[in-house]
Amino acid sequence: MAAIQPKISEEKSQTIVSSTKSATLRIKRSSSDGFEKFDQFIVPVEKWTTVLDALLDAKSHLDHSIGIRYSCRQASCGSCGMKINGKPALACFTKISELDSETITIEPMDNFPVIRDLVVNFSRLINNHKKIMPYVIRGDSEITPGTGVRETLQTPEDVEKYIQFSSCIKCGLCNSACPTMAMDTSFIGPQALAQAYRYIADTRDNGKKNRLKIIDESHGIWRCHAAGSCSQVCPKGVDPAMGIQMLRSYLLGIRD
Amino acid sequence: MLMRESIVMKIHYGTALGAVFLVAIHIMMRMTMDFHESLQYENVIANYQMIGYAILLELILVLISVHGFNGLRVILLEMRQGQSYEKGVTYGCIAAMIALVAYGSRTIIMTSMGMV
Repeated sequence: MAAIQPKISEEKSQTIVSSTKSATLRIKRSSSDGFEKFDQFIVPVEKWTTVLDALLDAKSHLDHSIGIRYSCRQASCGSCGMKINGKPALACFTKISELDSETITIEPMDNFPVIRDLVVNFSRLINNHKKIMPYVIRGDSEITPGTGVRETLQTPEDVEKYIQFSSCIKCGLCNSACPTMAMDTSFIGPQALAQAYRYIADTRDNGKKNRLKIIDESHGIWRCHAAGSCSQVCPKGVDPAMGIQMLRSYLLGIRD
Repeated sequence: MLMRESIVMKIHYGTALGAVFLVAIHIMMRMTMDFHESLQYENVIANYQMIGYAILLELILVLISVHGFNGLRVILLEMRQGQSYEKGVTYGCIAAMIALVAYGSRTIIMTSMGMV
């Protein structure tokens, strides 16, 4: 990787707001051809200003070329994952007032190829997600009219087994925080493993055998070092590390 | 792929547990005399010639070799990826493990039979 040149430009937003406070955004500008530098922008902030708001302010008034991916602005779509002050987080879910720092360093997520600036390529994450067959597998349909077959009911206890894992928004923060992902380019990753557990733990699903076979290979579940950083950074409260341990217990024959 | 990764890892964990147990026995046996005495030539040879102890040493050799070389394989697989590289690492580690067990076993057998 090319060395980061500390070429810094500093601009100030002309946005008219009630705030007297400001924050300095230190944004990593980079492209897939290896070009890297940091640009600084001073933007006005309020108590409720999120990192995404500040980035969009800088993009609107100071530099239209800043590359950002975003959509819902409410931690639902998983588009605006980035490294904020060294920690993977959603820009729309991180308030500047909670960062306790006047200069906010914003970089693209680790362990993903950079497309431009803060936008990364999600192909590997999506491919691994698809690989574990992220859907309920069963031979029969849920309701067959006229046969007396009814919907597949679940008890609250059944739902409890997987419900937190279904909150995954595929933002990639867990994969970005994973130390194994940084080294092993073939590792399936905590996101896909957590989703494998989500469907295996679902009592309606019959695809357990196939999914366990997919994750039980040399760059599969066994390469997880149980660092737990995936669970720490998840903005939706999913605990991929726990899901991985549960999957391991299936593979070791501790659980059926 | 020679065998499923879960089987390899079961062997990995099993050999670790087995090695800890047997090495603990080995250390306790060393404590039956002073440390410097236990390393004296005659005492070392006497240990090898005790059949039970020779079997214990052979088991420790096998367990640690299997565990250690699989650990090395895992580290090397995480460091770099690629089909031919991974095949080379897997077969290389198996070959190195067999070579080490064979050489160690030769020493144990020859010493316990009084050939040294």
